[in-house]
Amino acid sequence: MARVTRRTRMTRTRVLCALAAAVGLLTVTGCGAADMTKQTSPFANAQGAKSVTLSVQSWVGSEANAAVAQYLLEHELGYHVDTVQVDEVPAWDALSQDRVDAILEDWGHPQQEQLYVQNKKTIVSAGGEGVTGHIGWYVPKYFADQHPDVLDWRNLNKYASVLRTPESGSKGQLLDGSPSYVTNDKALVKNLHLDYQPVFAGSEAAQITQIKQFAKEKKPFLTYWYEPQWLFNVVPMVEVKLPPYTAQCAAKPAAEIDCAYPTTPLQKYLNADFEKKGGKAAQFLKNFRWTKDEQNQVSQMIAQDGMSADAAAKKWVEEHPDVWRAWIPK
Amino acid sequence: MASSATATDMAATATSPARNALWRALTGRRGLGKLLLLAMIAAVLVPFAASRWGSGAWPGALTVDLSGPLGQASNWIIDNRDTHPLFLYFFGWISEGVIVAVRAVYLLLLALGWTGVTAAASLLAWRVAGLRVALTALASFAVCGVLGMWVPTMQTLALMAAAVAASVVVGALLGLAAGLSERTYRALRPVLDTMQVLPAFAYLLPVVLIFGIGVPAAVLATVVYAAPPMARLTALGLRDADHGVLEAVTSLGATARQRLLTARLPLARRELLLGFNQTIMMALSMAVIASVIGAGGLGDRVYQALSTVDVGSALAAGIPIVLLAVVMDRTTAAAGTRIGEEPSGPRWSYGWQAWAGVAAVTAAAVAAGRAASSLTWPGSWMVTIAAPVNSAVGWMTSHLYSGVPVIGGTADWAGHFTTWILDPLRSGLTALPWWAVLLIVAALAWLIGTWRTALTAAVSMAVIGVLGVWSISMDTLSQVLAAVAVTLALGFAVAVAAARSRRVEALIRPVLDVLQTMPQFVYLIPVVALFGAGRAPAVAAAVAYALPAVIRITAQGLRQVDPAALEAARSLGASGAQQLRQVQLPLARPALLLAVNQGVVLVLAVVIIGGMVGGGALGYNVVYGLAQGDLATGLVAGAAIVCLGLMLDRVTQPSSDQAGKER
Repeated sequence: MARVTRRTRMTRTRVLCALAAAVGLLTVTGCGAADMTKQTSPFANAQGAKSVTLSVQSWVGSEANAAVAQYLLEHELGYHVDTVQVDEVPAWDALSQDRVDAILEDWGHPQQEQLYVQNKKTIVSAGGEGVTGHIGWYVPKYFADQHPDVLDWRNLNKYASVLRTPESGSKGQLLDGSPSYVTNDKALVKNLHLDYQPVFAGSEAAQITQIKQFAKEKKPFLTYWYEPQWLFNVVPMVEVKLPPYTAQCAAKPAAEIDCAYPTTPLQKYLNADFEKKGGKAAQFLKNFRWTKDEQNQVSQMIAQDGMSADAAAKKWVEEHPDVWRAWIPK
Repeated sequence: MASSATATDMAATATSPARNALWRALTGRRGLGKLLLLAMIAAVLVPFAASRWGSGAWPGALTVDLSGPLGQASNWIIDNRDTHPLFLYFFGWISEGVIVAVRAVYLLLLALGWTGVTAAASLLAWRVAGLRVALTALASFAVCGVLGMWVPTMQTLALMAAAVAASVVVGALLGLAAGLSERTYRALRPVLDTMQVLPAFAYLLPVVLIFGIGVPAAVLATVVYAAPPMARLTALGLRDADHGVLEAVTSLGATARQRLLTARLPLARRELLLGFNQTIMMALSMAVIASVIGAGGLGDRVYQALSTVDVGSALAAGIPIVLLAVVMDRTTAAAGTRIGEEPSGPRWSYGWQAWAGVAAVTAAAVAAGRAASSLTWPGSWMVTIAAPVNSAVGWMTSHLYSGVPVIGGTADWAGHFTTWILDPLRSGLTALPWWAVLLIVAALAWLIGTWRTALTAAVSMAVIGVLGVWSISMDTLSQVLAAVAVTLALGFAVAVAAARSRRVEALIRPVLDVLQTMPQFVYLIPVVALFGAGRAPAVAAAVAYALPAVIRITAQGLRQVDPAALEAARSLGASGAQQLRQVQLPLARPALLLAVNQGVVLVLAVVIIGGMVGGGALGYNVVYGLAQGDLATGLVAGAAIVCLGLMLDRVTQPSSDQAGKER
């Protein structure tokens, strides 16, 4: 009996000790707040290297931007660059939380811009990228030449049976890309009463593979596509006219949109802290600005000629010093 | 069959063929009884339900729209993530802890340099598992470097180390609780069983909702996925401890804690190590999937390659993952089998001297690396395999995709498969009245299990309907069914061949080994190139992923059939086909059922990520939810996947309840 009481007392002391230790630990660590939105990636700035984390989106144009920026940051400014693939909307979230430092090509996300740039001020604009983007519906040129009236949306239903595939069933197929892209296609098909089924290829690469296979056999197809895009040089395509874009139409809820996509000057964004403390890297990314043709040169090397992004960037940088010299901060 | 199999029944069936027939008739009648009962319940309920809600797809009146509240919750979290105390003082610290841990390991690995890491890994493998594994480790790390993947490999290793450590701690604590208390065990077991069968994709969304994209979310999702096997095996090891030994220890006057520390835990060492091994493998298989939510490292390279259909680069990043998996698997498995063996070999090769040697050689390697100021793998020692692989793949797809004489191209097959099999299956499932689906599911689950499994399965299906994703779940289900059918047909055929011929088995074994450790994502890339975008490639990837497990389990089951029974059949003049049909297959029935169950679970996991190659349905909604930050859509789809997984497991798993009682 005596032994038991001693044991319980010992346990109690031990528990008290543990509690005291825990409380002590908490006070030492500050009992403070740990703000999740200010935690950088554990892989950043390892071993005192200055590092920059760029977000890459899944389309080739974005890859071209990141590749050239990465090459110049590494070889001209001496940074270590990590690239992380994040989809568009989560990239805004990650940018605001400092998980990535920069987005180099944004196709317009007014909701996120309002939240993070205007309200929370965790993200700042880094100016335009120099390229203007446009999303639309396209058919191959060989098909449009034979049937010129397909280029008006009012005639699309006439061609639904021609554009049918196993995947779209009884309707015509509207080939769509990655679920992450800015798209109103489901709403458009419904609101314009089109006899079509949007089929999501899942990724841009799958979509390109599919388009090329169609083109090889000269089969007709209708696809969601955008400019600037290097694929136009390989498979010439013509845009189908949708009801014209208006501000009122764009203001409607997503499910009720019934007009064409806008023309968007593509934007760059930086994390607010990175903009202040990022030194030359931040300044360089602000200066980064090129044209549609220049971007397409790099994109085509990557996607068509099968070069690695790094090799393509190297080649382009060596051939166009006059363009990028202006980006390097003094 | 197994549902009514008590131990005595089993013994009886094994000994007397006459009783066997009787017993079978009995169980057949019992199955009939169940069906009759179900039919009676249905006869009462169905007319009522059908007249009240109609009998097409799931009635709209019975759905609950969660997108409003879920959307609000998601917005609230985004708005309050940097101010609310819950985030600042709780989640914030968890996230901070993960980042600190991963960073510490990463910096350590970088400081060791490639020489140090390679030396340490090989020597550790040598100490724990012997020379062969050590050489494998050495070669594997060298290959990671040669492929130009050194830094991503280190990032993945750092992430894995943190995730595995956390999983082991969490899993061991849960397992300890379940091993020591009967009530905890009964509460935990169904949860752990269920977590084991859920597709990894379903775990991503809730974590992203709270922690946002990034390493903390990736690590936590991995922990949730990888901890259950550790918990299960710890509990199993503690509960199965030899009662004689425990009795002896108790009689020597040991307290409960002494009993645990000196007898039960040491006795459970083998299970603990097996749990550790399983946890590592699960964590590694999550490495690629977690890259969708920002894990970085090797997984991210595979993910980037997927989005550009760059098979070569995907392979270059996928190979190191497979090699890491092989090294860790062999090392921990060898450690498990070596338990209890007496050390052999010269005196310096075991005990503290060996460990001192390991430390000394590692230190020397680190010093050498630093002296040569070569911390990351030297660039001149790299080989790029992407370009040649891509041109080979390009040649293959351009020649196989279409216009192959007589058999048609792969695109034609995909088209036919979609029109002739997937479409009718999907329209058939969608056209079935909702109550009929519930009844079929309940009947299947009840026939193979107990009324409890039947109830779980039917309720899971009902939840899918209530969530308002009935028709797209039927779409996913049609893909799963088609893929399972193809997998089983191919798998059984190959397994029969492998079980009959040693040569075939030796030929396919290494192939199966590699295929099983490949991350699920790697399968998605070549199938797009071969079959285009759509549901057909998703099904093809699922078949490729599930096939090895099905072949392995089936072949093993067939081979373990009692040779005496085979011999008897042969002496009675049975032909090869007769032996197979009448002796081997019936006797291997448990293994075949297990193969079906595993096949279904694995197929579902890949059909879901098939949403990234045009598979549509639930998988697409999860991808969409992640990609657009529309977590309401994603979470609902995730929940439906959980229910679908639960249902599929219950209708294919022969009475897990019985197995529990036997224990």
